[in-house]
Amino acid sequence: MTTQIVGILFDGLAFGMLLFVLSVGLSVTLGLMNFINLAHGSFAMIGGYVTLTLMREGGWPFLATLPAAFVITALISVAFERTLFRRLYRSTALNQVLLTIGLVFVSAAIAAYFYGTVQQPIQVPDYLRGSHEIAGVSFATYRLFLLVVALFLVALLIGGLEYTRFGARIRAAVDDQRMARGLGIDVDSVFAVTFALGSGLAGLGGALAIEIVGLDPSFGFHYLVFMLIVVAVGGLGSVGGSFAAAALLGIFDVAGKYYVPALGSFLIYIVLIVLLFVRPRGLFGKR
Amino acid sequence: MNAPMLQTRGLDKRFGSLIVAQSIEIDLPQGARHALIGPNGAGKTTLINLMTGRLRPDAGQIRLGGENISALAPEARVKRGLVRTFQINTLFPHLTALEAVTLAVCERRGQAGRWWRKLSDHKDAIDEAHEILTSLQLAADCLRPTHALAYGQQRLLEIALALATRPKVLLLDEPAAGVPQGESAELFTAIANLPKDMAVLFIEHDMNLVFRFATRIIVLVAGAVLTEGTPDEIAADPRVREVYLGSAHHG
Amino acid sequence: MPAIRTTPADTAPGPQAFLAAQTRWRLVEILFWLALLSPFFLLPTYLTLASQIAITALFALSVDLILGYAGIITLGHALFFGIGAYTAGLVAKWGWGEAISGLVLAALAAGFVGYVTGFIITRVHHLALIMITLGLGLVAVEAANSASWLTGGADGLQGVRMWKLLGTFEFDLWGYSAYGYSLGALFVFFLISRRIVHSPFGLSLRGIRENLDRMPAIGAPSRARLHKIYVISAAMAGVAGALLAQTTETVSLETLGFQRSADVVIMLILGGTGRLYGGIVGAIIFMIARDQLADMNPQYWYFWIGLLLVAVVLFLSNGILGGLDRLLPRRRGDA
Repeated sequence: MTTQIVGILFDGLAFGMLLFVLSVGLSVTLGLMNFINLAHGSFAMIGGYVTLTLMREGGWPFLATLPAAFVITALISVAFERTLFRRLYRSTALNQVLLTIGLVFVSAAIAAYFYGTVQQPIQVPDYLRGSHEIAGVSFATYRLFLLVVALFLVALLIGGLEYTRFGARIRAAVDDQRMARGLGIDVDSVFAVTFALGSGLAGLGGALAIEIVGLDPSFGFHYLVFMLIVVAVGGLGSVGGSFAAAALLGIFDVAGKYYVPALGSFLIYIVLIVLLFVRPRGLFGKR
Repeated sequence: MNAPMLQTRGLDKRFGSLIVAQSIEIDLPQGARHALIGPNGAGKTTLINLMTGRLRPDAGQIRLGGENISALAPEARVKRGLVRTFQINTLFPHLTALEAVTLAVCERRGQAGRWWRKLSDHKDAIDEAHEILTSLQLAADCLRPTHALAYGQQRLLEIALALATRPKVLLLDEPAAGVPQGESAELFTAIANLPKDMAVLFIEHDMNLVFRFATRIIVLVAGAVLTEGTPDEIAADPRVREVYLGSAHHG
Repeated sequence: MPAIRTTPADTAPGPQAFLAAQTRWRLVEILFWLALLSPFFLLPTYLTLASQIAITALFALSVDLILGYAGIITLGHALFFGIGAYTAGLVAKWGWGEAISGLVLAALAAGFVGYVTGFIITRVHHLALIMITLGLGLVAVEAANSASWLTGGADGLQGVRMWKLLGTFEFDLWGYSAYGYSLGALFVFFLISRRIVHSPFGLSLRGIRENLDRMPAIGAPSRARLHKIYVISAAMAGVAGALLAQTTETVSLETLGFQRSADVVIMLILGGTGRLYGGIVGAIIFMIARDQLADMNPQYWYFWIGLLLVAVVLFLSNGILGGLDRLLPRRRGDA
């Protein structure tokens, strides 16, 4: 009984950490520019396909593809940011939604053209497979790896935001953009860099996700819903909030599917709606 | 003097550690032409927001014609006759001036929820809107969309929208903001011509206009009423001089 | 620049005439509706498609009322379409195959759900609004899927049997009755919508869309207004869903799905929001294009749709009808 609960908590936490890596960039960019980027999931998908391609065609080892997934996704995203997204920062929410949904459709079609619509598996290295048994509970190695990566990233992000000059600029811009501009902070370039980093993280998340949830052209939309939930619950622009929300969502989702499979994701959506109604700025958002 | 139309008692408001309103007590009698002055950041607009219900005070009461309206929603206060204009144009860019004012008239008459009759069948409302626009010299351009109107006309439309609600108390937040000096007197002439029994409180930085059009002046500093009096009293008050000479200069 | 450019120089219209002119039927409109009758004579083999188009157009019209006129963004309006479809389908399955009363019941059911969810919808904005409409739609799909004893789940609702329409017209294989019925319903609800947008209520919705902040300052209870149009729109979407259930005699989970919610917004954007005909024109173009490209892999269909969306947002912000407006300068005062 307890081992089962610990097992579910662990799996849920690992899934949550994956969601955190996928979502945290969206949270920060939304908090910064209030730009509703529904294509964030598509950036994650790009990262997934980068890893897939490098491993299959290039024979790269899995771990080496992860930085590449990050960098290539970041570069692609910043190209989009410079050419398309920035035209719509002052536009209506509707236009932002439409443009980015359009990109989701286009990217899914392109992925289907090159890779087909079926799930693409990858072969993770042996040392990430199998499981470790601790006190009678078995922990999958890959999920432990996910946890470590996510905790490392949380430390890096919080440290970077709190203790570097660039982090201070981001925080100032999230808090009050006009004030930040007044202080001489170049909010546009702060945003471009943040956007690239956030999308890069999504790309990394997409690469890490293949082993857990698979990869197909619908990834961009399918996990977008989860990402939006993390952002909405965690509050815009909050790393800690995203972390907590992602962990909760992951545990909730895994536990729900285990104990009440008939309900599917029903419970999660209901909780989301009630939560957003009671606290439109998210559970951990500033009031 | 008549009993006050609008009364505030002990209004307090703070944002975190910043005090923006501190036990504010203001009486606005019927027919008043009061000016609210004070340096930037004194809390003038905040006070209007508190009175009209855009902000909720931490403590204190707002009374309109003797009734405590502190708990009412902004639109309910408007229905009871407490109406404001905005310092920064807050208009309907793609509605024509006529449509915008007709909308406000329909709201007052309780007809704006009707979906089964055409707007053009509400001839009384349209005529009334047109009269208001005419009285503010906007009739000639009232069929143009708001965003195509000259800036000064948009300032007048701000007032027209307020008048369409038939206010008992009108709070004007820098009605001439952004209007060139030469034209702002024109705007204030329109204000001077408002119905005699309407209580008017206006925020204005131009002291010439304040002394010309106000019968009483309230001086707000750092969220508190520093003093209140007739223009002569205020002009002679050394504390007021100090506030204005000591801080950034206005007007 | 002269104050009024496009009117004959000598007779500037009075305020009454100006507002009355906005509600007058124009020749183009009458021709448009007459043209919609042409499939009966010219394209009898396409009547089934025409009927689907009319139903989709009604759905798009319902979304235009909230999105185009009141400015409520929704990514989950299929919720109401699906509720209407299941209501009408179930009523017929349980033995009451009368069509018109089925529509009324569907409208009531969808309107009721619209009323309940409206308490949430009218209180949130921006991202939270998008999330909640999306979430409500997803909840509905999950719920309908789990309640397969009622809805038939993924297999769809089977056994819907309709009686003769008005006791006279059989729902035939060719779709004569289906198209006549759907088009008639579309026209009736178009008339209602047209009246709504030209009423004081319609004006107040435009006011909310133009400047939500100002509305309280003119004494308008914006939230109640939004709630009202949301219920009306939900009921209309329910009718559209009911029409689909009745004319196809089946209901699938797909009636509730995100795809339908997204497609309808796309049609509306294509045609142009806030102009009544935008949704109808968008639905016609979208549905015909999809029918013609039916052989295409759906993935690639969405490639072009996606590209089109990007192009519309960047270059044609008022949709196709808005683009036509710019090409053909017309009467004054078009909002």
